[in-house]
Amino acid sequence: MDLTLKIWRQKNATSKGKFVTYKVTGISPNSSFLEMMDILNEGLVVKGEDPVAFDHDCREGICGACSMYINGRPHGPDKAITTCQLHMRKFKDGDTIVIEPWRARPFPVLKDLIVDRTAFDKIIQAGGYISVNTGGIPDANAIPIPRASAELSMDAAACIGCGACVAACKNASAMLFVSAKVSQFALLPQGKPEAAERVQAMVAEMDRLGFGNCTNTGACEAECPKEISISNIARMNREFLSAKVGAQIPKEQAGGF
Amino acid sequence: MAELNSKIPKGQLAEKWTNYKANTNLVNPANKRRLEIIVVGTGLAGASAAASLAELGFKVKNFCYQDSPRRAHSIAAQGGINAAKNYQNDGDSVYRLFYDTIKGGDYRAREANVYRLAEVSNAIIDQCVAQGVPFAREYGGLLDNRSFGGAQVSRTFYARGQTGQQLLLGAYSALSRQVKKGNVELYTRHEMLDVVLVEGRARGIVVRDMVTGAIERYAAHAVVLATGGYGNVFFLSTNAMGSNATAIWKAYKRGAYFGNPSFTQIHPTCIPVHGDFQSKLTLMSESLRNDGRIWVPKSKEDAEKIRQGKLKPTQIKEEDRDYYLERRYPAFGNLVPRDVASRAAKERCDAGYGVGDTGLAVYLDFSDAINRLGKKVIEARYGNLFQMYEKIVDENPYETPMMIYPAVHYTMGGLWVDYELMTTIPGLYAIGEANFSDHGANRLGASALMQGLADGYFVLPYTIQNYLSDQIRVPKFSTDLPEFKQTEEEAAGRLRKLMEVKGKQTVDSFHKRLGHIMWEYVGMGRNEAGLKKAIVEIAKLREEFWKDVKITGELNEINPELEKAGRVADFLELGELMARDALIRNESCGGHFREEYQTPEGEALRDDQNLMYVAAWEFTGDSAEPRLNKEALDYEFVEVKQRNYK
Repeated sequence: MDLTLKIWRQKNATSKGKFVTYKVTGISPNSSFLEMMDILNEGLVVKGEDPVAFDHDCREGICGACSMYINGRPHGPDKAITTCQLHMRKFKDGDTIVIEPWRARPFPVLKDLIVDRTAFDKIIQAGGYISVNTGGIPDANAIPIPRASAELSMDAAACIGCGACVAACKNASAMLFVSAKVSQFALLPQGKPEAAERVQAMVAEMDRLGFGNCTNTGACEAECPKEISISNIARMNREFLSAKVGAQIPKEQAGGF
Repeated sequence: MAELNSKIPKGQLAEKWTNYKANTNLVNPANKRRLEIIVVGTGLAGASAAASLAELGFKVKNFCYQDSPRRAHSIAAQGGINAAKNYQNDGDSVYRLFYDTIKGGDYRAREANVYRLAEVSNAIIDQCVAQGVPFAREYGGLLDNRSFGGAQVSRTFYARGQTGQQLLLGAYSALSRQVKKGNVELYTRHEMLDVVLVEGRARGIVVRDMVTGAIERYAAHAVVLATGGYGNVFFLSTNAMGSNATAIWKAYKRGAYFGNPSFTQIHPTCIPVHGDFQSKLTLMSESLRNDGRIWVPKSKEDAEKIRQGKLKPTQIKEEDRDYYLERRYPAFGNLVPRDVASRAAKERCDAGYGVGDTGLAVYLDFSDAINRLGKKVIEARYGNLFQMYEKIVDENPYETPMMIYPAVHYTMGGLWVDYELMTTIPGLYAIGEANFSDHGANRLGASALMQGLADGYFVLPYTIQNYLSDQIRVPKFSTDLPEFKQTEEEAAGRLRKLMEVKGKQTVDSFHKRLGHIMWEYVGMGRNEAGLKKAIVEIAKLREEFWKDVKITGELNEINPELEKAGRVADFLELGELMARDALIRNESCGGHFREEYQTPEGEALRDDQNLMYVAAWEFTGDSAEPRLNKEALDYEFVEVKQRNYK
């Protein structure tokens, strides 16, 4: 396959970026999208040009590092996969492909297609955990958990933290990401003791970091490579409301719990 | 030759760890606050160690090269984690898990370490459930198990095909909690370049900030390496693109011994290689072997027709299929350990029975299981794996058998550590895949997650205190010490040297050539002539690399080419050590198969008389040959036998 690529190039966080056009030829339809990028970069290096920088690591759809906005869609045209799982057979010979980084204020561009997603880590640090120390834990089977709850919890826990939901959202909302973590714990008995504090702390941190609000367009769910359901947002809203109505103010608001 | 002291506690096998814990030195809470620990890596071992040490009160700095700790490659482990809970009432016990691991490792692991691993395995499951890891459950609400290779019990806990992800996110959440509390300082997009020794002890590290390119120094009372394995020396492997050996290799060059570097695990169920441009290989979980049956055609003619696309696998009649694992190993069948399954696949393909375009593939067939259990059950068990396969290969595994072939997956070798997980450099620890300790010559499925978390949650937090207890009067180190300056200058100088080569060939092209040498001569089948050839060719390639590598960009910016170059430069040295280690090991054991040493039936032939030892290699200089030290393995409690899965 021969392709034309329009790729966002930006030297660093402070410089202005622009689209640059490249041609790649003889690409096998069986190669992955990132292998196509490797071939482009190999050619650029040979010519002495700076290769296109992009985040990637596991290349099997689970680490959540890869983050390309391809032809206007996070992770490209195929459903329920990450960029690294996208294969060139999804494109046609002669196609022009536009490749951009995630665009959202809380995810500043560091170089080319690489963005800074530490905001997601900060949201987890605000409360995305169950406060147990290592050791002294009762037997794993001490508390039976209904299979359906465990499965729903797993559905939510499948989030890979890639940020496609934020990139897809016109408001750059992180509600799908946050609600997935809130739901994972809200559905398990182990998560109950801190449920109210958790949802409030995570939502507050999400707001502080400048993520937008949810207006229920469903773009996040449609583009999520792990098909995390938007119903998690509804569950988070319920959790948030009942936490507010319960009005138990966390004692250590800033210090975690 | 230095004396290797493995510090194994005295007493009966089942009492060693209890005795150790009862008698080890501890650090009181007030002193813990004054002691700093550096942990490099945020995978299962690194994140669990950093979180647990911080919970105890130590001040921890945790580094990773990824943009977030959650992306460490432990995340990609699919199948599960072993524990000796015996929830299935099928006869499991701590002893049996210990025994299976020792036997699976082909009697090349330390008894005391492996027993401890089995002993703490149950606490790991308790810990993870308390953290909110959504393991698979039965309808009654209790935890479910599946079986894995090399075991006759069902002891593997799992979270769909994403067990590694869920366990890592559990450890990451514990780590995040400590970051919030201010007990862990997190440094992402930082790559360790070297370890700093002061008066013979590990006292800090030198890192590169991968965003600004700045070279930075960090000091601590102890340094823990949890940097994973080195399978990427083969270029194509199931490791992440960034997985590298730099941290452990630099530690080796500073005096830490390297244990059994040639012990590499070639995983039997990976998606076959499809072309020259391929960048990595994808694993299909071993759990698939629970329900999938592995076969090739009985006749070479059929195999040839399949390769040419004239015949489909579904057209081959039942009686014309060779279920070679079931034929050769009736007791374990498709669930033989990984090394046995990999070699058997290679044997069939080398003999001309391979399928796929290249002839380097065998079938993994689910039609029997689908007929027996229904498509729904199979979908519930393996749906995400089948989907992944279809995305990559463009074939539907519900309708036509999967094609699989072995690929490099895990390295049992790593830094030599004693019972306390300390390397031969005082104050430098290695945990998880980065050390050599628990898997011998072959790791059983679902044991890597167990070992990573055992080391991080339940072993290191005890053993490191024994070292730190006499460090409480040692004040915080200044990174202005001459040792820090000098190490930084050496690390920076090496990067400058790489940039100044200004040659013609790309880093990847060198990495691919190294991978070809390694796969050809230091891969699944090894022999004396090939290994000698590999040693010469790797040295030549290394020389060429330093004369002709081409790196674009600058030192002081995000520069993936420079990052890769540093890692490949280290692989070009490590690859040679792997070949040397394979050359002195004149036997076949576990994943190490020397073609000269096999039984008439083609099974591995160990030499327990002469080679029942850990090869601990000592660096003696860039232009000198490494020195071999030996730690004899005494099997005090287990009777050493020829492995038999028949």
